[in-house]
Parts: sequence; structure tokens; C-alpha cells
Amino acid sequence: MDAELLSFTPLAVLLPFFGAAFAFAFYKNQSTQKSITIGTLVATVVLEVILLTEVWHGGTHAVHLAGWPAPYGIAMVIDRFSALMLVVSSIITLAVLLYAVGQGAAEEKNDAGPVSIFYPTYLILVAGVSNAFLAGDLFNLYVGFEIFLTASYVLLTLGGGEARIRAGVTYVVVSILSSMIFLIAIGAFYAATGTVNLADLALKLQELDPGVQLMLHVLLLIGFGIKAAVFPLAFWLPDSYPTAPAPVTAVFAGLLTKVGIYAIIRTETLLFPGERINTALMIVAALTMIVGILGALAQADIKRMLSFTLISHIGYLVFGLSLTSIIGMAATIYYVAHHITIQTTLFLVTGLIERRAGSSNVDRLGSLAKFSPALALLFFIPAMNLAGIPPFSGFIGKLGMMAGGIAENTWITWTLVTASVLTSLLTLLAVARIWSRGFWRSAEDVPEADKLLRPKTLAHARAANKRLLPATMVVPTAALVAMSLAFSVFAGPLMDYSRAAAQDMYQRTPYLEAVLGLERVDAVRDDLEGFTRELDNEPDPGDDGVDDYAPVDTSLQPDMQTDESGTSVDTEVGE
Amino acid sequence: MTVNLTLLTVMGVMFAVGIYLMLERSLTRVLLGTILLSNGANLLILMTAGRAGYAPLYRDGLEADEYLDPLPQALLLTAIVIAFAMVAFMLALIYRSWILARQDEVTDDEEDRRVAETVGAYDPEEDAEVPSEASEFIGEVDPNTGTLRTDDAAGPRPETEESVERGER
Repeated sequence: MDAELLSFTPLAVLLPFFGAAFAFAFYKNQSTQKSITIGTLVATVVLEVILLTEVWHGGTHAVHLAGWPAPYGIAMVIDRFSALMLVVSSIITLAVLLYAVGQGAAEEKNDAGPVSIFYPTYLILVAGVSNAFLAGDLFNLYVGFEIFLTASYVLLTLGGGEARIRAGVTYVVVSILSSMIFLIAIGAFYAATGTVNLADLALKLQELDPGVQLMLHVLLLIGFGIKAAVFPLAFWLPDSYPTAPAPVTAVFAGLLTKVGIYAIIRTETLLFPGERINTALMIVAALTMIVGILGALAQADIKRMLSFTLISHIGYLVFGLSLTSIIGMAATIYYVAHHITIQTTLFLVTGLIERRAGSSNVDRLGSLAKFSPALALLFFIPAMNLAGIPPFSGFIGKLGMMAGGIAENTWITWTLVTASVLTSLLTLLAVARIWSRGFWRSAEDVPEADKLLRPKTLAHARAANKRLLPATMVVPTAALVAMSLAFSVFAGPLMDYSRAAAQDMYQRTPYLEAVLGLERVDAVRDDLEGFTRELDNEPDPGDDGVDDYAPVDTSLQPDMQTDESGTSVDTEVGE
Repeated sequence: MTVNLTLLTVMGVMFAVGIYLMLERSLTRVLLGTILLSNGANLLILMTAGRAGYAPLYRDGLEADEYLDPLPQALLLTAIVIAFAMVAFMLALIYRSWILARQDEVTDDEEDRRVAETVGAYDPEEDAEVPSEASEFIGEVDPNTGTLRTDDAAGPRPETEESVERGER
């Protein structure tokens, strides 16, 4: 039964495509387009939630398209990690779509374009992202990337004003370059191994010369690194994202860089397990965090500030995945899901601020907490969450990564732990600045405040809220804030799930069995298991992770004895 | 695996020239660089098929390694189509940029410049805008503003608040 339901996995890609085709067909009728798009996305979310419940306990499943067995045919693979990413991304895109409908950004009022293209393009973006999450071979991954990148080019330059074209050119050229590097990497992979299937590559790459392996590894990482906006390759992002309309920026910030991170995690765990370039990755992670957040502090525009924090927090994800430990990877998976939600929410709220105050520049904002307490709350929760204040999910994710770093206990991981604490504090500083200037400061102190911020009385201001902040935009934003809170409330089950996902990925056998079949994996099972054991990634020993944490000695500790397994036992007082 | 040396050299030259062109500020050259780079990548994929062989249709008495590997060509075809679409899109962007701003260059980000000035990182020698050559259009009527273009030292485009805001809208 499980397998039967899971064979509908490709529908996660096909549904949005069909939706896009129908939406194109009804280009003259906006309301039909709207309902088709929303209906398609709702159906996709429902399908993906069903898929998630199927893999929650069941593990990995591969669908061989047209019945051609791997490695000859195209496989689509769904495992715990990709199912989680699918569900989170679809919920996000649905919420952003509802917001866009509310805003009327999709109506293209300022643009006399012949065809209404927002909705179909948006669906194509969703299809591309889903395809990238489900791709079982490198080339399909490339195609998925190209699908959503092309859609994103169109969305970014929609309307075609001067600033957007300028930003669009930077974005398009950099993205094309990264795609070229990825394509060259695929060519090199095929030349070296004669296959592009990920599972097949996982077995064949081990037989290659270590030098060749390293070259392929780095080539692939550079390609994905540009897409994921990892430090030295991230400067295109703050230039291009902020000019787009709020919903478009929100979905880009939430999803597109995370697809890059997904690809990095997938290839790191499946194709290149091991700790060979971990130190390099960790240095990159630390630089991404610090440079990103320092950039954020210099910005006056909220959208640009958020773009820089986006880069900075990509550093956390790279940190988590470079640990090569189950606890680090589990925290990374949890953090990806959290960060997609939080970043999207913040950009949507910024869109609301821009509407309410006529600007997203903090120098021109003021009194927002007084005029619209609801807006203040909508900003405050995700902002604190981004900074990682307990008890929010950002804190839980960061804590997991730091625990992983401390457990590793080398100078570089300690440097990284320090860097991540510092970044957290600086993020808090950056969002606190927006809060104190935009929300707490009185608008009368603002030299160039928009006239929206200078109402005659408070009653006038509250009345303007209804007009400027329509419920159709506030409700989707509030729903996303609620979802980000749900990440904290259900952190326990989600962490367990992430842990199981991380275990699957490091063991690799579930993925390989699903794609290649039992017989082929049985032949190399001992090698694989031996390799996993070398990585010190024993499956959950069932002791609540005692081994994962470094022993901590403090002067405040009572006298303690430890039994054989390392668990501390209090000595009885008075003995 | 057998590799054709001529193709390999051509590929290398294409990559080198393509990357050189992509580093230029002129968008048309960037586009040419993209085309060269994508075709270089296509050649690379083509070469992964190895030595030429028989068409991959089953024939009696032929060893497996006498056939040509058909997969790279399938990948190649997809890559060509994607690159074609990208180039078409970029051409449209460049054309749009030319229509709107009479500009064929990647300009600095306005906000970047503002930030650089506020933190005192602005170095006139390094960062001052170099007037680009647009003398071709002096004396013609600007379709956007309806005014005559003059030989403006600050560049072909007036850097006023209005033009920035018009672009954002």
C-alpha cells in the first residue's frame, strides 16, 4: 500500500506543470487563472503532506519513470529529507501566492504586458523546485534548477522597470554562470564514471582516484555554492533580490537558495561522504556568517538588510552540514525548514511595512508600533526567531548545530561555535535596530517621513490600517508566523524526524536500495557499512544522545560519579 | 576513453574566450561570453561519449564497445535547448535595458554606492562614474523624456531621484 501511494510522487512535479498550462490557456481571464493556480497549489500541498506521512516511518522510495530501471532510466527519489523540503516549500509558496493575490501584485496594473504571466510562471517555479528536490540523477537536478531559475528570471524582471532590469541582468548572468559550472561538472562526472544517476555515482565514485574525486567535488560545490549564496559567491544576492515585488522576493529568499543548500547536502552525504574538505567548508561557513551579518548592519533598507541576513544564515547551514555528524545534520535539516519559513515571513512583513509606511528604509519609518500593533507583532516574532532567541525554533536549530560543533571538539569547530554565537548577537542587533527605529521611534522625529506616517490623530492612523493592510495580505502572513511558531511547539517530533532523515542519509543504504535494488547494494553492503562506521555515525544508540555531547565540567557541579556508559550518577548525600 | 584533441583544444579556447568576455561590463559581450561558454560545455559533454562508433541500434555480431554511447547526445540536446532559451531571454533583457536607459553596461547598484558613501568607503579615484561614450545619440530626441540628448559629462543618463524612482515603479 505504501509503495502504491508513493508511486504518485512525480505528481508533485506534474501537477504544477499542468496548472501552469491551464493558467496560460486562460490568460484573458484573471479570476479563472487565480482559482486554477490556488487550486493547483492546494492539491500539491495535500499530495505532498500525504507523501510526507507515508515516508514518516516508511523511509525512502524511488519511482522509476516509464519503468526503466536505474541507472538507465530516470529515477525520482523521495526520502524523509526531500519530503520535508517538499511540504515546507509548497506551504510557503501557497501562502505567498495568497498574499500576492491579496496585494494585487499579480494583476500587473503598471504593466501593459500582452499576456498575464505571473500565475503560470509562479507554478512553473514550484514545479522546478519540486523537481530539484525529487531528482534522482544529476542531470534531472540540473533540469530542475534550470526550470525554476528561468521562472525566477521572469518573475524578477516582471514589469520591466529600469531598476528591475538592472538587478535582473546581474542575477541572470550569475545564475547562468553557475548553471554552466554545474553542466561542466556533469560532463566531468559522466566522463569519469559513465553515469549521472546519483545512486550509481555513489558506488562508482569510490573507485576513482582521490585527486579526480576532489576535483569533481569542488567543481560541484562551486556550482551549488553560487546558487546557495555561500560567502565568496554570494554578492549577487543583495543586489538582485530587493528590487522585486515583495511576494516574489519572499519566495526567492525562502526557497531558491535553500534548493542550492539541498543539493549540497544531498551530494555531500550521498556522493562524497567523509571529512575530506570539512575544514575548508567550515572556514567558508564562518566567513559566510560573519561577512553576511556585517553587511546587514551597514544597510538602511529593510529588504537589503534581510538579504544580507539570508546570506549570513546560509553560513549556519554550511556549518551544520560540514560537521559530518548525525546531530549536526539533524539540526541542519531542522534549520533549513525553519529558515525557509522565517525568511519568507520577514520579507512578506516588510512588504506590509512598505505598504503601511510608504517606504522600507528604516530612516523614514517611525511610530509603527503605535499605529499598527498587529503589524508590530507580525514583525517582532519572526525577527526574534531569526536572531535565535529562545524558545523560538531558530534557537533550537542553532543549539543543535553548536552541540554538534562542541561534540566534535576541535579548534575549528570551537571557532565556528564562537562565530555562530557572534552572528546570532549581531542579527539581534540588526533586527533590534529596525524595531527601535521603525516601530518605537515616534514618527515626528523622522525628518523625511511619508505622509502616511503623519495622521491627524491615532484614530485616523488606525482607520488607514484597514485600507493599507487588507486582511487578504495579513492573514497569509499571520499563517506563516503561526507556522514558524509551530516549528518551536513541535520541535520534539520534528527533531526526531530530522534525526531519522540524517541517519538515512549518512547510512546511504536506504537510498541506494530504493534506487538500485537490494541485490546490487548487498554486494557492497559491507563496504558501505564499514565506511559509515568509520565516520563515527552510529545509529541512535538509544541513550538520548549522551555520546553526542561533550562532557561539561563546572565548578558548580555536585560530586558526581559516572557509570560505565558515561551517564552521571549523583552520589548520595551523607554517605 | 579516447578524446579528440582538436575538439579538446576548441573547447579550451571557447572556455577561455567565454570567461574573458563574461568579465566585461558590456552586456552584449557578456552575452557572447555566455554563448561561447555554453557551447564549450556542450563540446565537453559530446566528448564524454568517447570514440565514434556504430549507431546504437542492435546489430548481430557487434561487441558492446563498438557502439556509440548515445546518452551524452541526449544530455547535449537538452543543454542546447536550455542555453538557447537563456540566450534569447538575455537578449530580451539587453534590448529592454537599451530601450529604457540607452545602456549596454552593468551599472553599480545605487544602494551599494550610498552605503559606501555613508561608511566612508567611497574613493573618488576608484568609484567615480566614468562617463560612457554615447555620442552616437547626441542631438537625437530621447523617447522617454522627449528632450534632446546633450553631451552630458555625467554620463548619458541623468542620475536624478526621478529616474531612480521611475525605474522602481
